[in-house]
Amino acid sequence: MRNIFLFIARFSNLFFFLLLQAAALTMLFRYNKFHEAAYMNVANEATGKVFLRYNSVETYFSLKKENEKLREQNAQLLNLLKNDFSAPDSSRQLITDTIRIDSIEQYRKFLFLPAKVIGNTVDEQNNYLTLHRGYNQGVNVNMAVVGPEGIIGKVINVSPNMSVVMSLLHRKNSVVALLKKGSGFGEVIWDGKDPRFVTLTKIPRTIKISKGDTVVTSPYSDIFPAGQTVGYVEEVAEEKSTSVYSLKVRTATNFYSIQHAYIVKNLQKSEMDSLLVKVKKD
Amino acid sequence: MSNLLKNIIRFSLFILFQVFVLDKIPPLHRFIVPYLYFLFILWLPFKISRGGLSLMGFLFGLTLDFFTKSPGLHAAACTLIAYVRPFIISLLMPKEAYEISYAEPSITSMGLMPYTVYVLILTVLHHIYLIFLEYLEIGDFLFFLGKVFATTGISLLLIIITEILFPRKSRYRTNVA
Repeated sequence: MRNIFLFIARFSNLFFFLLLQAAALTMLFRYNKFHEAAYMNVANEATGKVFLRYNSVETYFSLKKENEKLREQNAQLLNLLKNDFSAPDSSRQLITDTIRIDSIEQYRKFLFLPAKVIGNTVDEQNNYLTLHRGYNQGVNVNMAVVGPEGIIGKVINVSPNMSVVMSLLHRKNSVVALLKKGSGFGEVIWDGKDPRFVTLTKIPRTIKISKGDTVVTSPYSDIFPAGQTVGYVEEVAEEKSTSVYSLKVRTATNFYSIQHAYIVKNLQKSEMDSLLVKVKKD
Repeated sequence: MSNLLKNIIRFSLFILFQVFVLDKIPPLHRFIVPYLYFLFILWLPFKISRGGLSLMGFLFGLTLDFFTKSPGLHAAACTLIAYVRPFIISLLMPKEAYEISYAEPSITSMGLMPYTVYVLILTVLHHIYLIFLEYLEIGDFLFFLGKVFATTGISLLLIIITEILFPRKSRYRTNVA
């Protein structure tokens, strides 16, 4: 017994080192579980505050670009207004429904909540963004995050005033997407190499694809609203051995300079989920 | 300034510089990620016990991990170099010469050549381990090799610049001090 204690005492430094290594590696490889751990929440709130300080300075440097982006988006939205469309024939008249019941509200599926991006990484293997909006402001885990140019990622951890977003540039990320001009469902993944490009896999080779085609989110997703831009096809890689394409896609969002984002809340998700759970039970 | 206070200030400066300056640089190439933060561990005083050094490395790495949202990654690499550090120093230096006279590793305390070797070994070790942990997820060997070489080069460049910009006045310690 005494020898064991002597042995431990002699190699105490080595054991301590191995213990710390084990702790670090456990954290690394069981990361997804650690997201839910309470102390990660606390750490987010703390690092978020530092990020916020820094961001209040950083914002000024990209004000001009940010304005341009938002103006473009405004123009896009203005073009969707009802006033912009007139009936070509005078025998028809556009009548606005004046009924007092707000009939839009109960069918609304997606609600966009604006959020400030206060933290962002691009050169890790798994990249995350920090948003200044948490569950006190109505954010929950698994909500989509989109920017003025295209999709950004989804929320994976929420603290009272901050939330952490798994960016599109994350090795565990996968978004169901399709080509805007035609069908063909595929999956957007990131290979961890170049932050400007993601890969769209599983597109059948029967579809004709050319450079510059737009890739958008699928209407089947219960997280992302349909038709949000993911990116533009940059390179079509011919893989002779398989019947699917693997497309190199330039992300619509420039991940180096994200300042504003919208968190997308799916108001019908709980209903859909409960329905799915019911189906699975039966 | 006391040693403790100096190192606390260094701790926060190295973390902030890594997170808010180096990590904000747009990548030139997918192999190149500028790392400088681990220089903090290389600069820690001689007098810390080996257990304390490991713990310091762990805490320092974990702090950076909270900013990059990758708990454990940098902590593992920093703990490793913090643990190996005393061995390298005792290999490179005769025991009595430095510990009594100087507070921490630097060019003046160790001499140019031993210090260069010391920095080189620990930098390479840190990068190999860090990128190996990333490699486990990617599984691209060429990527691993390329990234180790390129990142080591950039880190050494940054360390040289830092050493030139901030020459540490490691005074010869006397009984009075």
